[in-house]
Amino acid sequence: MWDYVKIAVLGVIAVFAAVAAFMARDMAYMVHAVIILLVAGGLAAWTVRGLGAPKPVIDKTGYMDDVIRAGVIATCFWGVVGFAAGTFIASQLAFPGLNFEWASGYMNFGRLRPLHTSAVIFAFGGNALIATSFYVVQRTSAARLWGGDLAWFVFWGYQLFIVLAATGYLLGATQSKEYAEPEWYVDIWLTILWVTYLAIFLGTIFKRKEPHIYVANWFYLSFIVTVAMLHLINNLSLPISIWGSKSVQVFSGVQDAMTQWWYGHNAVGFFLTAGFLGMMYYFVPKQAERPVYSYKLSIIHFWALIFLYIWAGPHHLHYTALPDWAGTLGMVFSVMLWMPSWGGMINGLMTLSGAWDKIRTDPVIRMMVVAVGFYGMSTFEGPMMSIRAVNSLSHYTDWTIGHVHSGALGWNGMITFGALYFLAPRLWSRERLYSTALVSWHFWLATIGIVLYAASMWVTGIMEGLMWREVDAQGFLVNSFADTVAAKHPMYIVRALGGGMYVTGALIMCYNIWKTATSAPAKQATPVAAPAE
Amino acid sequence: MDTYSVMREFADSWMLLALTVFFVGVIVWALRPGSAKEHRDTANIPFRHEDKPAGTEDGATCRKEART
Repeated sequence: MWDYVKIAVLGVIAVFAAVAAFMARDMAYMVHAVIILLVAGGLAAWTVRGLGAPKPVIDKTGYMDDVIRAGVIATCFWGVVGFAAGTFIASQLAFPGLNFEWASGYMNFGRLRPLHTSAVIFAFGGNALIATSFYVVQRTSAARLWGGDLAWFVFWGYQLFIVLAATGYLLGATQSKEYAEPEWYVDIWLTILWVTYLAIFLGTIFKRKEPHIYVANWFYLSFIVTVAMLHLINNLSLPISIWGSKSVQVFSGVQDAMTQWWYGHNAVGFFLTAGFLGMMYYFVPKQAERPVYSYKLSIIHFWALIFLYIWAGPHHLHYTALPDWAGTLGMVFSVMLWMPSWGGMINGLMTLSGAWDKIRTDPVIRMMVVAVGFYGMSTFEGPMMSIRAVNSLSHYTDWTIGHVHSGALGWNGMITFGALYFLAPRLWSRERLYSTALVSWHFWLATIGIVLYAASMWVTGIMEGLMWREVDAQGFLVNSFADTVAAKHPMYIVRALGGGMYVTGALIMCYNIWKTATSAPAKQATPVAAPAE
Repeated sequence: MDTYSVMREFADSWMLLALTVFFVGVIVWALRPGSAKEHRDTANIPFRHEDKPAGTEDGATCRKEART
């Protein structure tokens, strides 16, 4: 019965997509309609073929790990895609000739830049968050994932979202909101997925066997709930036509700008911070084999982060039409964020107390420690840059880009790599990783890559900030914009080099995880019957 | 008064007070005397049930002594 409903629904979607492809008013919409037609049609045909066949029996007593394995593979894949895109656009800035004439309008910097940011944040980071949250919520609730195949719906639906977003950027479908570029129908699709994701996560927590909800789940939950709220409000827009990708924002002017940066900064706060802190609170204790340093501190860390982060957005709009009081509010809350951020960093690092030797012997823990260190450093730098006087120097310069990348590459990237190295042997039932030497190679390539990236961006950012404001004795500006561009050239090459090292490290990781899954020694079977107590 | 002023006044007074009280309450609750034992137990959740959910046939429960 269920299969017939599925075929009918997929059939309707496929027919609608075919009509949409025919009626399409723009290229991006047409390509998307064709993609949806192929996916829905393919799924319908696949379901029809399997109609008579007996259903595979799924063992529902254990944890649901197959979707997490798929998530690990997707995280590796999108990570390499996103890092490679970033290295390419960094090279485009250093060598403008790489904006090829034949690909003009599709593969120039402006089109590829949102592709890079979305690929690393939403494709790499999002897949990592979904996979690890499914792993962590099951283990810490001592219960199988709620909702059965809904988890697969979220996984594959999310990949479709990524493909629609990425192809849309290349073909010019964007609502011009940073980190929220996808157009209205892609937004609606993401909303459906996200509500399903929330239901799976909450359902698993509701049927937990542990009396308490472990702190990592609190962070994951706040990430899911807040991203849902941010996504809905920032994407309030009216499509011009149901047959086209273009839409018009409901807010306008400074209200729109404030909504966008309320979204933008909390995407950093709840997607890239709260979600990844959920990872930290599970994987660092597990890899260090000791409980978190202070559980009390973790509770205060959580609530302080939630209460302060949501107000920090206006610091993106200093010296604009936004009223000064709003900017001051954002600035003050950003500075107050120092406390929970550093509380969390101390909590993560001190979890290793009594096991500091592991930093020397275990490259995976070394990766996690560097991640937490970068979390501390970038959450120190961020509040400082949000202060109005500092912002007048740093804003619109490469310093901002350097800051973002020390957070994204150092904190998000490294903690994700650590989690992936933790997960790979467990998910594929292996004794250990294929090679710890390769983990060390990855560690050093990534770390040196980040240092080159951040240092070159500090230099070029502060340099161009100072050049822009330099005036001579008569009060005339000394430098033209092109002067700053020329002066930045060497630092741009160093930046691209750092990015290249980072992507090389990620490729080594992919090889290592592949070999772990296929040829590391299998785990010894543990006795099934444990003694009854 | 227009909607903005009404909401602004509410946000600046009662809502601010409510949020501050809740936040301070959370900190007091986390640091309350006698919470250490419970927190120690909760902090050890990741080290249980690594391979299999609780409540499977071997009768394993989560908090062995606290369950009774």
